[in-house]
Amino acid sequence: MPKLTIDGKEIEAPAGTNLIQAAASAGIEIPHYCYHPALSVVGNCRMCLVEVEKTPKPQIACNTAVAEGMVVHTKSDRAKAAQRAVLEFLLINHPIDCPVCDQAGECKLQDYYMDYDRQPSRFPLASKNHKGKAIEIGSGVMLDQERCILCARCTRFFDEITHSGELAIFERGDQNKIDVWPGRKVENKYAGNAVDICPVGALTEKDFRFRMRVWYLHRTPSVCGGCERGCAIGIHHHSGRIYRIKPRYNPEVNSYWMCDEGRHGFAALQSETRLTTPLFQSDGRLVPESWEAAIGRAASRITEAKAAGARSIGAVAGAQSTNEEVFALKRLISATIGSDRIAGLSFTPAGLSGDDDLLIRANKNPNTRGLSAMGLSEAGLEPLERSIAAAELKILIVLRADLVRALGEAEFSRRFGALDFMIVLNTDANETCQMANQVLPIAAYPELVGSFTNFKGRVQRLRRAFDAPGHALPAIEVLGKLAEAITGAKSPNDAEAVFTAMAACEGPFSGLTLASLGAHGAQLAE
Amino acid sequence: MERILTRWMDIPDLRRIGVYEANGGYQALRKALFEMTPEQIINEMKASNLRGRGGAAFPTGVKWSFIPPNSKNPVYVCCNADESEPGTFANRYLLENDPHPIIEGILIACRAVGAHTCYVYMRGEFALQKRCFEQALTEARAQGYVGANVMGSGFGVEIWVHRGAGAYICGEETGLLESLEGKRAYPRNRPPFPAIQGAFGCPTVVNNVETLANVPHIITRGADWYRAIGPEKSPGPKLFCLSGHVNRPGLYELPMGFPLKDLIYEVGGGILDGKKLKAVIPGGSSFPVFTAEEALKVNMDFDSVRAAGSLMGTAGVMVMHEDTCMVDVLKTIAHFYHHESCGQCTPCREGTGWIEKLMAGLEAGRGRMEDLETLISAASNMEGNTICVLADSLSMPVKSFIPKFRSEFEAHIKLGRCPFKDEARQQESAAA
Repeated sequence: MPKLTIDGKEIEAPAGTNLIQAAASAGIEIPHYCYHPALSVVGNCRMCLVEVEKTPKPQIACNTAVAEGMVVHTKSDRAKAAQRAVLEFLLINHPIDCPVCDQAGECKLQDYYMDYDRQPSRFPLASKNHKGKAIEIGSGVMLDQERCILCARCTRFFDEITHSGELAIFERGDQNKIDVWPGRKVENKYAGNAVDICPVGALTEKDFRFRMRVWYLHRTPSVCGGCERGCAIGIHHHSGRIYRIKPRYNPEVNSYWMCDEGRHGFAALQSETRLTTPLFQSDGRLVPESWEAAIGRAASRITEAKAAGARSIGAVAGAQSTNEEVFALKRLISATIGSDRIAGLSFTPAGLSGDDDLLIRANKNPNTRGLSAMGLSEAGLEPLERSIAAAELKILIVLRADLVRALGEAEFSRRFGALDFMIVLNTDANETCQMANQVLPIAAYPELVGSFTNFKGRVQRLRRAFDAPGHALPAIEVLGKLAEAITGAKSPNDAEAVFTAMAACEGPFSGLTLASLGAHGAQLAE
Repeated sequence: MERILTRWMDIPDLRRIGVYEANGGYQALRKALFEMTPEQIINEMKASNLRGRGGAAFPTGVKWSFIPPNSKNPVYVCCNADESEPGTFANRYLLENDPHPIIEGILIACRAVGAHTCYVYMRGEFALQKRCFEQALTEARAQGYVGANVMGSGFGVEIWVHRGAGAYICGEETGLLESLEGKRAYPRNRPPFPAIQGAFGCPTVVNNVETLANVPHIITRGADWYRAIGPEKSPGPKLFCLSGHVNRPGLYELPMGFPLKDLIYEVGGGILDGKKLKAVIPGGSSFPVFTAEEALKVNMDFDSVRAAGSLMGTAGVMVMHEDTCMVDVLKTIAHFYHHESCGQCTPCREGTGWIEKLMAGLEAGRGRMEDLETLISAASNMEGNTICVLADSLSMPVKSFIPKFRSEFEAHIKLGRCPFKDEARQQESAAA
């Protein structure tokens, strides 16, 4: 590996590494706009000019590969002069409308101006060029051509990543502008990524515009629950509300990207149908009750049935559940109750997007692989149904599985109608809840700690952004309370402890802990 | 001096292949095909010290030698006929009046680097020149000089003409390649250089029209003969495009190293209306201006002009007499580079427009003294910080005009108008 010196630090970097990456590995930031690690190098912004000894002119770090013995200065007078010059040029025609710009607070023009420039403008305001503003280019993306610095990240994204090529640069010189081709719109399931990689306020999201200043947002790393890909995401939230979801870099799952379906899917997580209190069926109506009453009711029904035979109790876990929830339910059924009747359900409603060649998967469940890693699948449903028909199975616990929607009401009644008692744990009042004897409200994925296993066996960690609404609780807590009420014995039921117990019992998870998953997750054992 | 590149001035109809052949045409190609190896051709070119006539003055033989031998990918030769530097009109005459030496030069270049395809990238405005060149191409094809089996040698070369659409930047060799590939003519980062990854990602030689027109003469008469014309390190016959305030503007073929003073006063017949010389831009509008005093001392070859503080570029010599407003000239130059900047790199995209705006204000009498420092610093900030040299092409004039003619700039600011214009023109300019 070539050895080089950057700002006096000796660095070793693999051949072919560019100076931006090599410097970053040593904790040195070389400012840049157009360079993006997932896109081709164009070298147009000139922000990353650095001084390389023995070269006559400043060199762009993005297009300069490390070489043995190279000596680089990123903070020398020449480098600083070049950085200041480029910033001044970038700003002369920029509208400087930060007070009304959604990018303010996460804008590289602002950041670098403060870090590298801080000069008053020498360019009269009245001389600025004017271009198009607030142009809706499609797929919920808004374009401001005056704020644009023409780094061509967005055009390269649509050319090189989605291969759809909606955007191009038109005109020339300082009249250059990004735009859609005449007669076209951005019609693209990944358009939001162009907004993400825009280093300035030229591309903004229509849904997010003017909603929230970014510095008020908390950013919680999580995993998208929209499909079995499980893109790494950041949940950007304030006061218990999600304002936007951004992809988070994970080379093993989604690189830098996510789809717009996942990005905009959070509305469903804070919808009016969210369950906020335990409910029980009384005279054909669902009536609220306290957790104490609800757990007591469920535990006594289970205890009664268990006395007559543990196998009269069964469960169905949906593939929306986390690994920990699936395991907690499985442990409740087998270890606490002593039954073996448990199945999985991985249901995707009809009419949604199919597999594509970038990220989107037809299976809209984030944890189908987690279910199967613990031996649960739809194959278990048929034995359950047979035991109901044989009047052996009386009580069914349903965790995040919308059986009624998956089977249709008539079919559900035919197969499951003979049950004595059905306990449903869910986030929302779905069709299955309407048929339940008891409904227990649980936390959605932004509200809990846990993990999903994606279709390639990547286990990634979910962190809690904020608490579940109302009295809803994380499902592992509910299942823990239930086990405690049935056995009378306390056991730790936080996500870390459940994960550790799961790793001990479930072979594919062996060797893993929740804490060890890290930012990029870990692979299931084969 | 014997005419070499401008023989058409002596020989009528030299552009017709029969006349060209009767005057030794395509004998250099015969020699290159049947008597020389590609290596010998390249060595002869290196020995000739021929330097590129497109403006950068890079040694042609050395450029050819960068093409990897036995390349697995096809090798291309591109002929740069996108001549658009202000004050430059040499290629235009060659294409129109004497296209066959260009074709012959292309064929020899192809033979030297192992290319079977040449693209001639022709300036969009060159409609007549394209017709003339394509007629010559048709004749050369009919005579078996161009095609699958050049002169029965078994070596095949096809030549295609590709017309530009009116952008100066397409004359920059990598902008040319992008445009040729059907893309926006954004110049490319180097490395990789075109010799390694040029047209369509393959090894490519890009040579100027005039450069290629020199090649047959070097092959026929030898490098020693060629090197003896003008200074040894910068030799050869050169086409000078003389324009501006001279009595006889036009295209002149002279040996490299010809004194600029003699070009203006002897060849060009002196300054118009007997006025005094004020300034000369020696190499097309991109390069530093000479004052009269500097101009009269310099010899016109690449090294001498460089030593005198400018560059010979395309040898587009623009002569300005005492009534010329240098502020107006710089404003016009700024307008050109602003209009032609492709806008890829930040400093050029923003800097050229900024400089034009400042110059327009200065020329109209709305300037301030600090504008002069801003101009110099904006020009310095552009220079050397971009992918191609278009930014430098405006920076160099700015940085030479202002210090050399500072009093004229200051006069505009102090008077609040242009001192060279009478009242009527002043009002005209203010109204515009």
